[in-house]
Amino acid sequence: MRADSSKTRRTDRQALPPWPELLWRYAAIALVLVVAVGPFLWLLSTSLKSASENIFAYPPVFLPESLTLDNFWRVLDSQPFMRYLANSTIVAALSVFLNLLFASLAAYPLARMQWRGRNLVFGVLLASMMIPFQLLMIPVYELAISLGLQNTYLGLVLPHACTAFGVFFMRQAFLSIPLAIEEAAIMDGVPRWKIWLFVMLPLVKPSLATLAVFSFIAVWGDFLWPLIIIDQPQLFTLPLGVNRLASTFSLDWRLVAAGAIFSLLPILLFFAFTQRYFIEGAMRGAVKG
Amino acid sequence: MNSPNTAASPSIDRPAPSAGHPLLPLLFLIPACSVIGAFVIYPALKAIGLSFTNFNMIREAEFVGLANYLQLWHDPFFWAALKNTLIYMVVVVPELVIAPIFLAVLVNRHLPGITFIRAAIYLPVITSLVISGLIWKWVYEEQGILNYVLLTTGITDNPVAFLTDPANALLSVMAVTIWAGMGYYMVIYLAGLQSIPRELYEVAEVEGISRWQQTIYITIPLLKPSMAVVSVMSSIAAMKVFEEVYVMTQGGPMDSTKTLVYYIYESAFVEFEMGYAAAIGVVLFVLTLALSLINLRFLRAR
Repeated sequence: MRADSSKTRRTDRQALPPWPELLWRYAAIALVLVVAVGPFLWLLSTSLKSASENIFAYPPVFLPESLTLDNFWRVLDSQPFMRYLANSTIVAALSVFLNLLFASLAAYPLARMQWRGRNLVFGVLLASMMIPFQLLMIPVYELAISLGLQNTYLGLVLPHACTAFGVFFMRQAFLSIPLAIEEAAIMDGVPRWKIWLFVMLPLVKPSLATLAVFSFIAVWGDFLWPLIIIDQPQLFTLPLGVNRLASTFSLDWRLVAAGAIFSLLPILLFFAFTQRYFIEGAMRGAVKG
Repeated sequence: MNSPNTAASPSIDRPAPSAGHPLLPLLFLIPACSVIGAFVIYPALKAIGLSFTNFNMIREAEFVGLANYLQLWHDPFFWAALKNTLIYMVVVVPELVIAPIFLAVLVNRHLPGITFIRAAIYLPVITSLVISGLIWKWVYEEQGILNYVLLTTGITDNPVAFLTDPANALLSVMAVTIWAGMGYYMVIYLAGLQSIPRELYEVAEVEGISRWQQTIYITIPLLKPSMAVVSVMSSIAAMKVFEEVYVMTQGGPMDSTKTLVYYIYESAFVEFEMGYAAAIGVVLFVLTLALSLINLRFLRAR
């Protein structure tokens, strides 16, 4: 009965709608895409126009007269964009790694051990999710300065190194695994850290992947914290670099566009490979609120 | 306490095994708790403390009582920022709660290329806000593409000064926030849509209820839980708007786009009035807290 209804559901959903519906759906989708993707294409077009082409032409020209990568070379020559890319990559990789490690460590006893104070610790962690970073940034700045973290990778990474959301997310993942699996190992006298590492972690891999993707996006796009803690261009991440490019070359939008496209490429590539985790993650994040 | 094996007989809803050694949980928790303690909990308490001082990074902080809060009360820039932030919420939140529902309904159907279409709609979400802000600054140019579209379709007679006219700037920045958030909330609603039983629509179909009415009378009421989540998330996000403003208008023209967070940033890191900025931060915190509680209660009650 159940299998049957799910089967009809599937076939029903995979069938194409009748053509009038098909028509209006695609028309509406086309409109949505113009708004969602159009601005990116306009930026791309601007970045590929040569210096001799008027980018303010009226009516606007979508396809550049002669495609050129000149703007990209000029940006790469005059600004250390490769350095920014490397900085962004290092900071994101470190932050994501630490966040996964710390969050899944902390989540384990919160989900799978009985001990006094568990609810208190979990409650405090949950409450800390309510505090906006904008309230914290002044003391965190002061703290980072006093620890000598200004203009360092560590300074960029540490505030992202563990999020309460990550702990919360991983706790949910551990909770969904049957207790029996773990009990058998405990009965055999396997130490808990080994159970965590060899039994539990492999079982929550999909959640780890989702958390990784989400923290990656958060760190990669972060602007406010780097803006405050970094003032040396050789430590700029891509958002800071693009911002600097925009304020120094605000008169030549070709260069600004080229820099922006350059910084978009890595995340596009990342998105292309991890797309399904985005959708899954947003869905599961939503269930938890 | 030391024998984890006592709960040997399995029962249906038994508790998690005991920790074994009492210090074991602590070892697992130390890294996370020290990071969150040092970079969230301690700074939160410190920020509240700072808001009662005249701290400015240079001189020793002196306790000044409620002076910062009194100054806020008489500060027209603070009220302007608060007003802008509230307008921001009032416009952006309903937009982000309602519009993505229709977007989700639109793409919640098996069509050729639908995965690609969903991904494309999600694109603005993964783009850093600095870049989104720059893209739109270019689109909004006086002689830019958007003005061309508006002029040739006859919607306006003169080019619109999107970011340079105080009457338009806030709305123009809001549009970017909406653009950047739409795909995210669409995905949340897609998840919600999957949980609505298909049978409801089949019955409605038999009863001759139109697609549009199905959306209004079946889909939207059953999406209430997702709507609750979206309204909490989008209102908190609207309270914290910063990047769009920083990149596109720097709070101008004539402070028309100065939001609370932008004002905190300006007070703390341009004027170096850290104590004062902390007081604005506390106001922001209280507002976001109140907002989440009100929102949740309001939507649970239904």
